[in-house]
Amino acid sequence: MSALIYAESGLLPGNAVHDEVLPAGKGWLHPLKAGQYFRILDLEGNQAVDTLFFSAADTADRYDAVATIRNQGNIFLTTGTRLLSSEGNVLLTITADTCGRHDTLGGACSAESNTVRYALEKRHMHSCRDSFLLEMAGSARKAPPHGLTKRDLAGNINFFMNVPVTPEGRLAFADGVSAPGKYVEMRAEMDVIVLISNCPQLNNPCNAYNPTPVRLLVWDPPARAA
Amino acid sequence: MIDESFIQREILPGGAMWSWTLKRGTCLGLTDVEGGANLSALFLNADAPLERYNMPDTLKAQFIAFLTRGNVLYSDMGRILCSIVEDTCGWHDTLCGATDAKWTEARFGASDYQRHRNDRVRNGRDNFLVELGKYGLGKKDLPVPVNFFSKVIVDEEGGLRWQARHSRPGAFVELRAEMNTLVVLSNTPHPLDPSPAYAPKPVGLRIRRGEAPGPDDVCRVFRPENGRGFINTEALFK
Repeated sequence: MSALIYAESGLLPGNAVHDEVLPAGKGWLHPLKAGQYFRILDLEGNQAVDTLFFSAADTADRYDAVATIRNQGNIFLTTGTRLLSSEGNVLLTITADTCGRHDTLGGACSAESNTVRYALEKRHMHSCRDSFLLEMAGSARKAPPHGLTKRDLAGNINFFMNVPVTPEGRLAFADGVSAPGKYVEMRAEMDVIVLISNCPQLNNPCNAYNPTPVRLLVWDPPARAA
Repeated sequence: MIDESFIQREILPGGAMWSWTLKRGTCLGLTDVEGGANLSALFLNADAPLERYNMPDTLKAQFIAFLTRGNVLYSDMGRILCSIVEDTCGWHDTLCGATDAKWTEARFGASDYQRHRNDRVRNGRDNFLVELGKYGLGKKDLPVPVNFFSKVIVDEEGGLRWQARHSRPGAFVELRAEMNTLVVLSNTPHPLDPSPAYAPKPVGLRIRRGEAPGPDDVCRVFRPENGRGFINTEALFK
């Protein structure tokens, strides 16, 4: 698979069954039915969207970053990538991508990793894991009875983030390949739960040092042609 | 003849699984006896296993995509589970995870105990689930494994490239536990190894008491990030 596959979607925002703007620093927990399409739109550009998926029927069957990259033989996610679960099932397939590169090695920021990566006194800055934990705890909104806890936080996807690896094995955080209006769209291949943190990180270029809102849209499966 | 300078010394046969609570300050040495081994390994805080190896945090903090001497294995809590204090192999894979039953059957065909007894084909995920189960842990507690003795590079396009004939006979890597660490091993093939035959190689294991890392320890000074990781970890044991 080539690393950059540009593909637009024909779905119109006016037909979406869910359309929401998620500010930076907020979490989002949402079910998707099999066949539904889900789009994440980078409104202002260079915004990392940390995302996890779980099988709604069995949350132990969850997005597996290393299974996904191993299966396609490539570390970058783009159009055609099948997002695999820990049980080897296809959770979703990426069906459109106008950004062309998404990371799944970089994980999510946390208060604790911020102390290591930046400075001990950065512990009290906001982080993705805090958003995940608050969302799973159900405090911010009425959460479905999913039973998700910290044990469920495995390696995530960072939509719109670029983390290249050199052949010598060095990892870099390259400034975003994304821009205002770029989006990625995927089709749920089973009933899934989506867990997002719209990344609040201020200490590295993943959000261009300026975390911004993203737009989240869901469409029902297109009606079959008569 | 027992060498009493080692707490434990054994050979882990191909296909086998193993676990051990490695006390802070002890060292686990791994030897690729014949060359071409792949040893998949999980690391969890033995005292509180909700804290466990975090592959992204390990790679990000050290700006690396593989492990060798001087690197440390970070938990999700900004602390260090184990440090790599010796390595004659030079590259251990962090990116590819372990095999599972579906992959193993597709590659090597169906295999079961009824027909093949203890020569049956084994896979990493099932080995891990058995061994984790002994500690009351399960699927949700499976971190990404490290694949010792295997090398996979990433090309300019992001493609994963298996490197054949990487680990030589006698290749040795040693880990020092910086906290009490539950180590779970599965001696099963690497998922990108194209070899048509199922032939996992024996791996030598030895555990010894180590020396506490000093201020100029190779892992502590590898990057300023590691210095902070040691501060976070040592605070647990003061």
